[in-house]
Amino acid sequence: MSKKKQRTYQQDIVGDSINSLRKVVEPPKENGSHLMKYLLIGISAAFLFLMLALPLAVVVMNACKEGWDAYREAVMDEYTMKALQLTLLATVITVAVNTIFGLFASFLLSKFYFRGRQVLAALIDIPFSISPVIAGLVFILTFGNMGWMGDVLDKYNIKIVFAVPGVVLVTVFVTFPFVFRELFPVLNAQGKDEEEAAALMGAGGFTIFRRITLPHIKWALLYGIILCSARAMGEFGAVSVISGHLRGKTNTLPLHVEILYNEFNTTAAFAVSSILVLLAVLILVVKSLVEWKKE
Amino acid sequence: MYVEMKEICKTFDGFQASDHVSFGIEKGQMAALLGPSGSGKTTILRMLAGLDMPDSGDIMINGILVNDLPGNKRGIGFVFQNYALFRYMTVADNIAFGLEVQKKGKAEIKERVEELLELISMEDLGKRYPHQLSGGQKQRVAFARALAPRPGLLLLDEPFAAIDAKVRRELRNWLKEMIGRVGITSIFVTHDQEEAMEVANQVIIINQGKIEQIGTPKEICFHPQTEFVSDFIETDRWIV
Repeated sequence: MSKKKQRTYQQDIVGDSINSLRKVVEPPKENGSHLMKYLLIGISAAFLFLMLALPLAVVVMNACKEGWDAYREAVMDEYTMKALQLTLLATVITVAVNTIFGLFASFLLSKFYFRGRQVLAALIDIPFSISPVIAGLVFILTFGNMGWMGDVLDKYNIKIVFAVPGVVLVTVFVTFPFVFRELFPVLNAQGKDEEEAAALMGAGGFTIFRRITLPHIKWALLYGIILCSARAMGEFGAVSVISGHLRGKTNTLPLHVEILYNEFNTTAAFAVSSILVLLAVLILVVKSLVEWKKE
Repeated sequence: MYVEMKEICKTFDGFQASDHVSFGIEKGQMAALLGPSGSGKTTILRMLAGLDMPDSGDIMINGILVNDLPGNKRGIGFVFQNYALFRYMTVADNIAFGLEVQKKGKAEIKERVEELLELISMEDLGKRYPHQLSGGQKQRVAFARALAPRPGLLLLDEPFAAIDAKVRRELRNWLKEMIGRVGITSIFVTHDQEEAMEVANQVIIINQGKIEQIGTPKEICFHPQTEFVSDFIETDRWIV
């Protein structure tokens, strides 16, 4: 009993000495450090305003410059609506495809060890390191009339280049790594013990995925889907090369903005841009909701 | 023999993890696979469980050749080193999982889960999640989960490695008593010779993928057959 008492007493002494040390070590409060603090915060705020807030405000202001009617006319325009439809279609297909394959790829690469793993992982990352314009060109060279698969596609009357399938394909290509990149680290960190344990108890692949893997990755998956959607909607370079800019047919929203802008139809260009801004804000809200829910 | 390994060989990328490993374990025995880290003891356990496949040799469990049988058809329970509890399921759901997968009736599952929770003295903690448990409690849940489908053989990979030294001894006795009460044939992997000597009634010493000696703790202690065994036991004793 007395031993125990002694120990707590000693702990108190140690605790106090640490506290007294802490007082000495704490940085002295000076006015200089305050100044530095506000200066740095000020620089950051100014940068954010200049680079993000101001351009967004300009888009909205320019879009509304000629009044509500002009704005509505530009937005409700037949070609704008077609472009919006195509953008949404491409985004939905892209997200679906990349989610499914991203899931498979990240599961395979994180839970199984085989020769060529690294190569496969590097291949999946290629779209990140290739310029979208090059990606578009690659698809033209592969599926175009003069291209590698041109004859075959011609024979079966399949049009990819300068048509909707091409737009979807390049969008899929450019945004391919997003879901994978979000899932892979999470799955890797999880290890495969839980899956092995479940398999040893006789659970099948789908049961394991649904009950062990999915609960672990659901937030990362949702996050990957959100990022992928955002990027797919805004894709310009690759789509620009492969679409052929056929108004009402292969024009996506970003392409439509460019066309309007080049025709000196600034108000309309900004009005259509504001649709994209709106979609982006929507995605941001969803993303924040996801992050808040995750907490 | 309830478990038998005959001339098992296994290499990983040119590394010889098992080199003509042969041993047998009688029904109801508690065997320890003892060896330094990297000696290939976990590989043996994983091959018994069907998590890794031997390159050559035969594995018999309960008189059946299980080489080509998937792990879930071998009638084994496996306790992982870090327990591998399903972190998004409650304690009760963890224990029930193996039975659910076997499509057992709801009432039967409930009864078995309650029985096992009682066995591990965690009746009130069935609704907790793994992250709300202490290391010792996690191990008890992992033990109950492995036992739930009534396996004939229990395999434990370094069952005490993730627990701090103080609780380890206590848990060791608890596990020994539990396994004795259930009466299940068990094999556990350890690098701690004291642990092996205290818990097991048959010790298999492994070094560099080869078996050095098989015997009771007494035989190993007093009649080491190879230089490695006497060194391993000696040096370890000094550290402890």
